[in-house]
Amino acid sequence: MREKKAKKIVFNSAEEMPIMIASVGSQTHNLTGAWRNIRPEVDRTKCLQCGICWKFCPEPSIDIVDEWPVVDYDYCKGCGICAEECPAKCIVMVEERK
Amino acid sequence: MKKVMMGNHALSYGAKLARSQVIAAYPITPQTQVVELLSEMCSDGTLDAKFINVESEHSAMAACIGASVAGARAFTATSSQGLALMHEMLHWAAGGRHPIVMGNINRSMAPGWSIWTDQNDSLSERDTGWMQYYCASNQEVLDTVIQAFKVSERLMIPGMVILDAFALSHTYEVVDVPDQALVDKYLPPFKPEIRLTPSDPRAFGGLTGSEHYFELRYKLQKYMEKAPALIEETGREFEKIFGRNLGLVDAYRCDDADFVFVTSGTAGFTARVVVDEFRKSGLKAGNLRIKVFRPFPFAKVREVLKKVKKAAVVDRNCSYGAHGIFYQEVKSALYGEAGMPPVFGYIAGLGGRDITTDSFKEVAAHALAKDKADEEIVWIGVKK
Ligand code: SF4
Ligand code: SF4
Repeated sequence: MREKKAKKIVFNSAEEMPIMIASVGSQTHNLTGAWRNIRPEVDRTKCLQCGICWKFCPEPSIDIVDEWPVVDYDYCKGCGICAEECPAKCIVMVEERK
Repeated sequence: MKKVMMGNHALSYGAKLARSQVIAAYPITPQTQVVELLSEMCSDGTLDAKFINVESEHSAMAACIGASVAGARAFTATSSQGLALMHEMLHWAAGGRHPIVMGNINRSMAPGWSIWTDQNDSLSERDTGWMQYYCASNQEVLDTVIQAFKVSERLMIPGMVILDAFALSHTYEVVDVPDQALVDKYLPPFKPEIRLTPSDPRAFGGLTGSEHYFELRYKLQKYMEKAPALIEETGREFEKIFGRNLGLVDAYRCDDADFVFVTSGTAGFTARVVVDEFRKSGLKAGNLRIKVFRPFPFAKVREVLKKVKKAAVVDRNCSYGAHGIFYQEVKSALYGEAGMPPVFGYIAGLGGRDITTDSFKEVAAHALAKDKADEEIVWIGVKK
């Protein structure tokens, strides 16, 4: 696992820049900001442990821990795809309270 | 091995011999046979490549970009409206520096619906950062695909191999299909320095602030400026192995010429018939075929035309509100240099109307009667 630390790289000349826009690990450095307005919450009493939410999360920010789906809120964007796809309808999107 | 094949299949064979690894394409007349043959090759195992079916040209290019980022040699082909639908992804491929090679069959843009040839489809993409090669024979199509991969991968800039609808795409010619072993010698496997791989995770094409975007584009132009020399170098290397030179331009009887037709694509071969006729009657005529349009071979065009008394550019395209597009470039190549010839601009053959020997004779009669071009566009063969 990379160290999760945001580090902005600034090049001072074209020479030292790569020709491609290919940032290193920015997806681990850049955490979801305060803009997520709904978050998925899993109701374990109804969960079938099928892993469908894990498979569908586009981020991917659902881990399977001890066979349970666990959302990593550092990266979850609140898109609601997991809730939509869950066959047991046990993921609820709840409003973030700021 | 010599084979009789249509221009479309020359593209397919070029892609096969280049050992393309991913092909994502959507069929469109008059390009369909390109991907038809490639899909057959992929399914019967003649070509060890992944063929990705897509629902549009935009997706075809997107899939090629993904493949290229992952380090695969990617090929696609399209035409006209299909190319226009790809437009956004063309910027993405060039800006992201993904050396994809694509065949484009020049077909007029609709409306009115047309499947016949002119160059407005590909020339509308001239500022996307793709290299563009305008071919004049099926042999040149096949050869150029192989060379284009070599040049593109060296510079990390995508390349478009372009041929006229029907005049090449559906015309059968004898084509020398080179040995795979020799092609492998000429074109080594694609090994990009940076690629998408789980062992070295990166994000490609992300947000680029004003402190870096400018330099990325500066670098794209700087690498593009290296292309003319590289095209000539790889063209000579190609000649050593395969006996055919692939240059930036193709000059026919220009050395001592007083009057030169400047053309692109297949039209030039018709011009050469007229050149030979003129030569017999005492007029020193020549033909300069511009093969590479991006990067534009400014120096080469100057070198050929500076010795000439008059040049007539015949464009199968129009930049509406301006002029013929090759005409503009040729004029700008000569501008500011002392002793350059007057350049005359002609537009002919839009929507696949034939450009015949009579068309070239009409061009010559007009240009030879004048000392300078007093109209920017002279229309040849239009029903006024
Ligand atoms: S809301 Fe979207 S991002 Fe968050 S866990 Fe569900 S699928 Fe993943
Ligand atoms: S999709 Fe629903 S039921 Fe399946 S593991 Fe995820 S939360 Fe549980």
